[in-house]
Amino acid sequence: MTAWLNIVVQGVLVGGLYAMFAAGLSLIFGVMRLVNIAHGDLIVLAAYLALVATETLGVNPLVSLIVVVPLMALIGYALQRGVLNRTLGPDLLPPLLVTFGLSVIIQNGLLELFTADSRKLQAGAIEVDSIQVAGISVGTLPLIQFAVAVAVIAALQFMFYRTATGRAFRATSDDQAVAQLVGLDNRHVFALAMAVSLAVVAIAGVFLAVRANFDPAIGPARLIFGFEAVIIGGLGSMWGTLAGGIILGVAQAIGAEIDPGWQLLAGHLAFLAILAVRPEGLLPKVQA
Amino acid sequence: MSAARVEHATPASRVGVVLCGLALAVLAAAPLWGDRQDLRLLAEIYAYVALASLWNLLAGYAGLVSVGQQAYVGLGAYLLFGLTMLAGIHPLLAIPLAGLIGAMVALPVAALIFRLRGHYFAIGTWVIAEVFRLIASQVSALGGGSGISLPIAIVTSIGASRQEREFIIYWLALAILVAVLVAIFTLLRSRYGLALTAIRDNELAARSNGIDVTRVKLIVYLVTALGTSMMGALIFLQKLRVSPDTAFSVNDWTAFVIFITVIGGIGRIEGPLIGTIVFFALRQTLADLGSLYLLMLGAVAIVVMLKAPKGIWGFVVDRFGWQLLPLERRLTGAS
Repeated sequence: MTAWLNIVVQGVLVGGLYAMFAAGLSLIFGVMRLVNIAHGDLIVLAAYLALVATETLGVNPLVSLIVVVPLMALIGYALQRGVLNRTLGPDLLPPLLVTFGLSVIIQNGLLELFTADSRKLQAGAIEVDSIQVAGISVGTLPLIQFAVAVAVIAALQFMFYRTATGRAFRATSDDQAVAQLVGLDNRHVFALAMAVSLAVVAIAGVFLAVRANFDPAIGPARLIFGFEAVIIGGLGSMWGTLAGGIILGVAQAIGAEIDPGWQLLAGHLAFLAILAVRPEGLLPKVQA
Repeated sequence: MSAARVEHATPASRVGVVLCGLALAVLAAAPLWGDRQDLRLLAEIYAYVALASLWNLLAGYAGLVSVGQQAYVGLGAYLLFGLTMLAGIHPLLAIPLAGLIGAMVALPVAALIFRLRGHYFAIGTWVIAEVFRLIASQVSALGGGSGISLPIAIVTSIGASRQEREFIIYWLALAILVAVLVAIFTLLRSRYGLALTAIRDNELAARSNGIDVTRVKLIVYLVTALGTSMMGALIFLQKLRVSPDTAFSVNDWTAFVIFITVIGGIGRIEGPLIGTIVFFALRQTLADLGSLYLLMLGAVAIVVMLKAPKGIWGFVVDRFGWQLLPLERRLTGAS
C-alpha cells in the first residue's frame, strides 16, 4: 500500500513539471490561438542556456534562473514581433509550419553547438535531500519544483484576472478587432504573451535540466507532455492544466511500475482515454 | 449563344499530360539506362513524391495538418515485417495488405483525433505516432526496441537474383507512386474534389452549401493512411531492416515531407513534385553538412511560408497560369 502511495506521490510531483510545460502552451493558445510546435525545443533551449550560465558564472542552477528567465522572455518577445506575428490570421497552416520549422532549427542548432551528448545540471546537496512524510520519502527538489509549479500557475491566474496586462490578454483573446479599436496594440500584446510563456518555459527548462538528463532531441516529447496536460485539464483553464499535468505524471509513474517500457505509453493512453470519454477536458474554460 | 461548359484542360495542361506520359515511359525503362545507384535514388525520390503528395492532399486540400504521418509509414513497415515473418505472406502481397490494414487502423484513430480542432489536431497526430512507436518497440517478435532484419528466405522470394529484386522493387515504387497520383487526381476531379476545394477555400461556406465536411475529411484521412502505409511497407522492403526509431522517424517521414510540400507549393498537385526535385538537388549538394543542412531546410521553409506561402509552383501559376494536370474547372463558351 505504502509502495503505491509512494508511486502516486512521485507522479504528482513530476506532474507539476508537466503543468509548467503546459501553462506556457495554454497561455499563448488562449490569447492568440497559436499552437507553438517549437514549445518543447524552447524548453530544451532554456535548459542549455542554464547550462551555459552555470558553467560561465559558476552559480547554482536555481540561481541561474535570474538570468535565464529574462533572457527567454526577451527571446519570446522578439520571436513574436519578428516572426510569429506575421503568421497569425484565419489560415491555420502558417503558424504551424513556421513553428515546426523553428523546432527543427532549434534542435539542429543545439546539436551543432552542444553535440548529441546528454547533459545534466548539478544543483548540489539539495538533489539528494529528502524529508519523511507518513512513511514516504519525498525528495526536497521535487517538492520545491512542485511548489514552484503551483506558484507559477497561481501567478498566471492572478495576472490573467487581476492585472492590466491580463485584461489586455483577455480582451484580444475575446475579439482582436475590438481590442484594437479600444487602443490595444495587438502586436505588442501578443509579444507580451509570448514573453510570459517563454518565462514559464525557462523555469520549466531549468527544473527539467536539474531533474534529469537532457539532449537536443528531447524537445518534441516535452511538447507532447505539455499538450496532453492541456487537453486533459481542459482548454484555457490554468488550474485545469495543473490537474492535467498531475494525471499525466501519475499515469506515467504507475505505467513505469508495471513495466519500464510502459511509462510513456501509459501517459499517452491516459490522454487518449480522456479524449475518448471527455474530449472537453476535466475543467474546460473556453471553446476553442 | 452557345451553352456554357465547364472545362478542365488548358493548352498548358495538355502539354503537361503529354510530358507526364513521356516521363513515365522513360522512367519505367530506367533499368535499361540506369545503374544500381540511379535506381535506388529514383525509388527514394518516388517515395518522397508519393508521401508529399499524400500529405499535400491531407493538409493542403482537406486542411488536416498532420505532423504525425510517420505513424503510417512505420505502421506499414511493421505490417510488412509482421505479415511476412509471422504470417508467412508473400512480401509483394503484404504491401497492399499493409495499406488496407493501415486504412482500417486509421478509422478508430480518426474517431479520436478528429475531436481535436485545428492546431491541436496536429499535435494529436504526433501523439498517435508516438503511441505506435512505443507499441512497436514492445513487440519482441519483431525485435523490440532494437529492430530486426528481413530473413534471407523472404528476400529471395521476391526474386532469385539481386538484380531481379532491384528491378522489381524499382518498378513497384514507380507503380505505387503512379497509383497514388492517379488516386489523388481522380479524387480531386470527382465531386469530392470540388468539395475539397470548397473546404480549402472556406470551410464555413462549404458547410453552409451542404457539404458534409467531416465525411469528406474522413475519406481523405483514410485514403492518405492507405497510401502512406503502402509506401512505408515498400520503403522498408528496400531497406530490409526495420527499427522503431527509423520507421517512426519524425524527421525522415514528416519534416522532410512538409518542407518538400511547402517549398514546392502547398495545395497544388504539382507542388510536391517540384519540391522533391528541389529537396533532392539540395541534398545531393549539401547533405555533408549534416545538422546544418537540416537547419537550413527549416529556415528556407520558414522564409517560403512568410514570403511566398504558395511555394514555387504557386508563384509559377500566378505568373504564367500554367497547370501540369487538368484539374482546375474553367467556364468556357458563355457569351
